[in-house]
Amino acid sequence: MAAEREPPPLGDGKPTDFEDLEDGEDLFTSTVSTLESSPSSPEPASLPAEDISANSNGPKPTEAGLDDDREDLFAEATEEVSLDSPEREPILSSEPSPAVTPVTPTTLIAPRIESKSMSAPVIFDRSREEIEEEANGDIFDIEIGVSDPEKVGDGMNAYMAYRVTTKTSLSMFSKSEFSVKRRFSDFLGLHSKLASKYLHVGYIVPPAPEKSIVGMTKVKVGKEDSSSTEFVEKRRAALERYLQRTVKHPTLLQDPDLRQFLESSELPRAVNTQALSGAGILRMVNKAADAVNKMTIKMNESDAWFEEKQQQFENLDQQLRKLHASVEALVCHRKELSANTAAFAKSAAMLGNSEDHTALSRALSQLAEVEEKIDQLHQEQAFADFYMFSELLSDYIRLIAAVKGVFDHRMKCWQKWEDAQITLLKKREAEAKMMVANKPDKIQQAKNEIREWEAKVQQGERDFEQISKTIRKEVGRFEKERVKDFKTVIIKYLESLVQTQQQLIKYWEAFLPEAKAIA
Amino acid sequence: MTTLTEIKLLPTLIGPAGLLVCCEYLAIFKKTVAMHEVFLCRVAAHPILRKDLNFHVFLEYNQDLSVRGKNKKEKLEDFFKNMVKSADGVIVSGVKDVDDFFEHERTFLLEYHNRVKDASAKSDRMTRSHKSAADDYNRIGSSLYALGTQDSTDICKFFLKVSELFDKTRKIEARVSADEDLKLSDLLKYYLRESQAAKDLLYRRSRSLVDYENANKALDKARAKNKDVLQAETSQQLCCQKFEKISESAKQELIDFKTRRVAAFRKNLVELAELELKHAKGNLQLLQNCLAVLNGDT
Repeated sequence: MAAEREPPPLGDGKPTDFEDLEDGEDLFTSTVSTLESSPSSPEPASLPAEDISANSNGPKPTEAGLDDDREDLFAEATEEVSLDSPEREPILSSEPSPAVTPVTPTTLIAPRIESKSMSAPVIFDRSREEIEEEANGDIFDIEIGVSDPEKVGDGMNAYMAYRVTTKTSLSMFSKSEFSVKRRFSDFLGLHSKLASKYLHVGYIVPPAPEKSIVGMTKVKVGKEDSSSTEFVEKRRAALERYLQRTVKHPTLLQDPDLRQFLESSELPRAVNTQALSGAGILRMVNKAADAVNKMTIKMNESDAWFEEKQQQFENLDQQLRKLHASVEALVCHRKELSANTAAFAKSAAMLGNSEDHTALSRALSQLAEVEEKIDQLHQEQAFADFYMFSELLSDYIRLIAAVKGVFDHRMKCWQKWEDAQITLLKKREAEAKMMVANKPDKIQQAKNEIREWEAKVQQGERDFEQISKTIRKEVGRFEKERVKDFKTVIIKYLESLVQTQQQLIKYWEAFLPEAKAIA
Repeated sequence: MTTLTEIKLLPTLIGPAGLLVCCEYLAIFKKTVAMHEVFLCRVAAHPILRKDLNFHVFLEYNQDLSVRGKNKKEKLEDFFKNMVKSADGVIVSGVKDVDDFFEHERTFLLEYHNRVKDASAKSDRMTRSHKSAADDYNRIGSSLYALGTQDSTDICKFFLKVSELFDKTRKIEARVSADEDLKLSDLLKYYLRESQAAKDLLYRRSRSLVDYENANKALDKARAKNKDVLQAETSQQLCCQKFEKISESAKQELIDFKTRRVAAFRKNLVELAELELKHAKGNLQLLQNCLAVLNGDT
């Protein structure tokens, strides 16, 4: 990994954590190491710590097979190394042990032991102050652009490379303007890393754009038609919005992985983003297990705020989905209208040609021209409908899924705490039994265990309080962002509608005298 | 019989829920009225038809006309007539006309009819898409309203305003679609039928010409054989008269057709452009007002 890597925000990730693994978990060491060696996944939130609700933008398990980064499916198997390999340590150290958490079968065997502290990210950079200063106004002086999609390679191994340009005055970056080339799986890899570090402690990590096997295959195969250009443009815009949202987040902006993504010219390939890899299959298993777990967690909510907020987000989700469906229908009908207007224009031109009254013939040709221009207008409006309105809504539908995921993590955190308390109780009972039976060596062991579990209970409580606090802050920030986003984009969209009407007026005003001139 | 005034009062009686249905009904009603008006004006302008007794009765009789619909037998007759006509049409249209005027009309009408048919179909599709888009605006408006009433942040006012905008703009878009339908689609449909009628007229004249030519041939044969010459002569004269009469009236009809066509297209295209302008300006006003409010608030 890059030499410039700074100590991670969650500074407690140490290789030694793995020594805390219970014996029962060695069975899964090899698969666990798969996760560790490359922390990326195509379903960004699908690392075991995450919940299914956060996986809204991952491909469904049935989509396994072709991938954006088509390569020998199990090639990375050769790259995997055992946990003990020293070269793996720097990578492991960048991740908190929660990344190791709930390989599902182990969760069922025994609660995961986490000695890591889930405390708030320790700030190292002085640039954090810069960001803090502007945090209230939420303006960070950083601008990201994604542009120039370029096809690299041929056939099924081809991929699109995008130029990521950053303009910033923040001092944590070495330059004020720079650009790099990235491919789609790089973006997914970035999200996966960020998700694995921040989602389970309550940060709302913006989800990456969705994969599309059909879309990418068309591009690979080399179809230069309008649908594949549209697909690439849609993806480019989505990647840009994704990065812009990510850098707006003050904590994520701090992250070294993000910085590396933006700055370094060479990025190690995110190889675990495929669906059918060993890691991929593990993820699918975990997703299923997570769903079951989620259903069985019954939390005693002591804080009404959380319940209220969850309900609100649920409602918002439903409403946005409905609105999104209507806007998608509008886009579709607008495109249809454009096509039908073009067809009519041609037909009117033909009619004008066969009309033998000269003035009428001319007027009909003019009508055909007007309709042709209007067809263009409709097309442009359909673009605006889609890229401004529709995509805004679909982005937020996925963002809300991430928010719901964060709430679920809090539930899991509570569960862990609960479980620790229960275990502590059991250990105390066991000790009492030993006292009665008077087995001194067993008593000592019992006392040790009690101490261990008391610490875990305390840790669990701390973690729970921390995640609750973080979520409150995050939700506040999210709501502010949401309001700003919607207002800005919708106003822009309405302005596009204004433009269309102004053009329509121009065209019909030009046609009217022509129609009147028919004599 | 309900009057237009009574129909316009319906909305106040049935309330806002029925308003949409009423608007649709009114639009269709407007179309039908327009069609009937055009038809009656045409009959009134026709030199021969205007004198027809049936027409006078229709206009003046102030009680119910009990018009019998076509019974089954008549409908069947019509059907067969159409079939025979098209078969014959193929044969007859192969004959090149001596008269330049009619020859030109024939070529013109054949092509014109096909193109007007195509334009009519495409115009229909265009107006339908317009209507679909207007319906989408309606749904978007409702969704925005729901968002506005449920949102906990200060964006709820924003949503409500935009929802209102979509509701209003939808009405305008629906009217654009209805007006395009009335002024463009209906116009083209009408001239589709008219050009078909003109073609039929040409066909009838051609038939009459064939009859005339056959009568000529029969006369020559009769003269050659010197048998039934008088009969053949009278028959030939009748055919000749018929043919000349139909040629004369057909010529007039076809000239009228062109004049009417030009006038109708002019009227409708002008009105179409004026309405499109009116709606676009209305829409623009709505949007600009809304933006002013939204930008003022933020």
